[in-house]
Amino acid sequence: MAISSAAPATARVKRPASAPDRGSKLFASWWWAIPALVVSILVHYVAVAVGGTFAFTNWKGIGAFQFVGFDNFAKIFSGDLGRGAILNTLFLAFGFLIGTNVFGLLLALALNRGVKLRYFLRVVIFMPTVLSPLAVSYIWRFIYQPQGPLNSFLGSVGLESWQRTWLADPVSSIWTILIVMVWQSTGLVMVIYLAGLAGVPQELEEAAAIDGANVFQRFRHVVFPLIRPSFVIASTLMLIQGLRVFDQVMALTGGGPFNATETLATQVYKQTFAYGQFGYGAALSLVLTVLIIVISLIQMGLTSGRERKS
Amino acid sequence: MFNRYTPATLVREVVLVLVTVVILFPFYLLVVMALKDTKESVVSSPVALPSSPTLENFATVLSGEGRNNVLSGLMNSVIITVGSVVMLIVFGSIAAYVISRRPGRLGGAAYVSFVVGIILPFQLAIIPVYVALRVLGLLGTHIGMIILYTGLLMPLTVFLYTGFARALPRDYEEAAAIDGASKISIFLRIVFPLLSPATGTVAILTGLIVWNDFFNALIFLSGSKSTTLPVMVYSFVGENVTAWNLVFTVVIISMIPILAFYLFAQKKFIQGFAGGMKG
Repeated sequence: MAISSAAPATARVKRPASAPDRGSKLFASWWWAIPALVVSILVHYVAVAVGGTFAFTNWKGIGAFQFVGFDNFAKIFSGDLGRGAILNTLFLAFGFLIGTNVFGLLLALALNRGVKLRYFLRVVIFMPTVLSPLAVSYIWRFIYQPQGPLNSFLGSVGLESWQRTWLADPVSSIWTILIVMVWQSTGLVMVIYLAGLAGVPQELEEAAAIDGANVFQRFRHVVFPLIRPSFVIASTLMLIQGLRVFDQVMALTGGGPFNATETLATQVYKQTFAYGQFGYGAALSLVLTVLIIVISLIQMGLTSGRERKS
Repeated sequence: MFNRYTPATLVREVVLVLVTVVILFPFYLLVVMALKDTKESVVSSPVALPSSPTLENFATVLSGEGRNNVLSGLMNSVIITVGSVVMLIVFGSIAAYVISRRPGRLGGAAYVSFVVGIILPFQLAIIPVYVALRVLGLLGTHIGMIILYTGLLMPLTVFLYTGFARALPRDYEEAAAIDGASKISIFLRIVFPLLSPATGTVAILTGLIVWNDFFNALIFLSGSKSTTLPVMVYSFVGENVTAWNLVFTVVIISMIPILAFYLFAQKKFIQGFAGGMKG
């Protein structure tokens, strides 16, 4: 999600409409914006509001329905399935955030300069990002098969005790999903950090090195403060993408074994469109929506708060 | 002082190449498996090269019929992606231009409504849109999907275009107006060509999102004749769970168009993603 430039917009709102400045004569008709505005408002405001209303009904997708208050939410938070889906979603989202940022930042720092093949390696490491998450997950499903490459690799290096039925094991199955997610998006995070690192003047680092700062001190006190905007973008983006995880689950485990890998998005799909529980599905969507909004607000608050301190 | 190629840099270079090989290893498995015939795909080691590489899997998969007709899936994906991207570019660029040139309260409010639209999650909208398309008879059609994606991605499109349009100098528009050009021809012949870098970014980002989208396509297109590639791959795997050579062939076919685009325009892809974006 793009999260920048809301500030100039609010600044513009405050300017009185009746006093257009002479320099900005409009060579366009204002109604040209209407089609885009209408379709966007229909989907992002009207439909979202209607969906929010459905969450308080027992609608089955057809026929009449009643308002049932918070029954759907009580069902989500009291049942193992609903609670499990929320916990799995949070686990995957935060694991994804941490994994992609750690590996993406390390790769970005390593590929920032010096290495001769750096441009080629960047293009190659970024490549999985452009592919369909569903399609790449099927490659991993093969890797995780009981007789598949992962187990035979472990066997060949003498780690037989590590072998397991990765996708059918209630403990390892969620990790298999997380690994695929991190593998696919590390290149994207790397590219975001590389864009930030490109704006760090090399003289600053050299000056710090001359003053005796080691590589960690230089990163902590010189480089990182300068690439903090990249950190905000990368972490917000990954968190939101992680909360919506769907494709990888459907391709790898389908939510199993015994619902051990159900997430909010897979539950929204199954409850609504497989079981026809439109009201309950809408309530699950609302939980997901609130999670996304609350977590991204907290995160923006935290990151901008730290900025003010420094 | 950081630009010298020291032994440490060489070590870093070697380590990075090894890391990249590990990252790419799944693609090696993908290609190798798709080139094996059915018997070998079961018996041989997954890492082994095919003893006699064959393209028969591609022939088998491409001749699939009914809901396994991969070629029609490819067509559907192309129609829906191109249709959505064209709608987004046409209506998004013009809306962003108006917003960028109209600093009054109205333009500001419109801009804020788009930006908030990017942040508001769309999941809640899915059920009402599903019902609306069902009522209109557009469920499972190309048009229905194009409308859905146009609505979903319009905020991102307008956001990307507006940022770019605000930085454009107005001198050209003013000169054209003095020469008597109409508003429409000012936009079409002066402004839109100047916006083309933003058009490239919009086309790549929204095109990729639409092409790879599985969640919405599964909900809106399952069981219809308009299924896109991700949904087709999903149902194909459901029917051929253990025939990995065939599964991987479908996966490769679904990846080729995007990979071709990526290799052709990787710089633009990476710039687009590194700049403003929404996952």
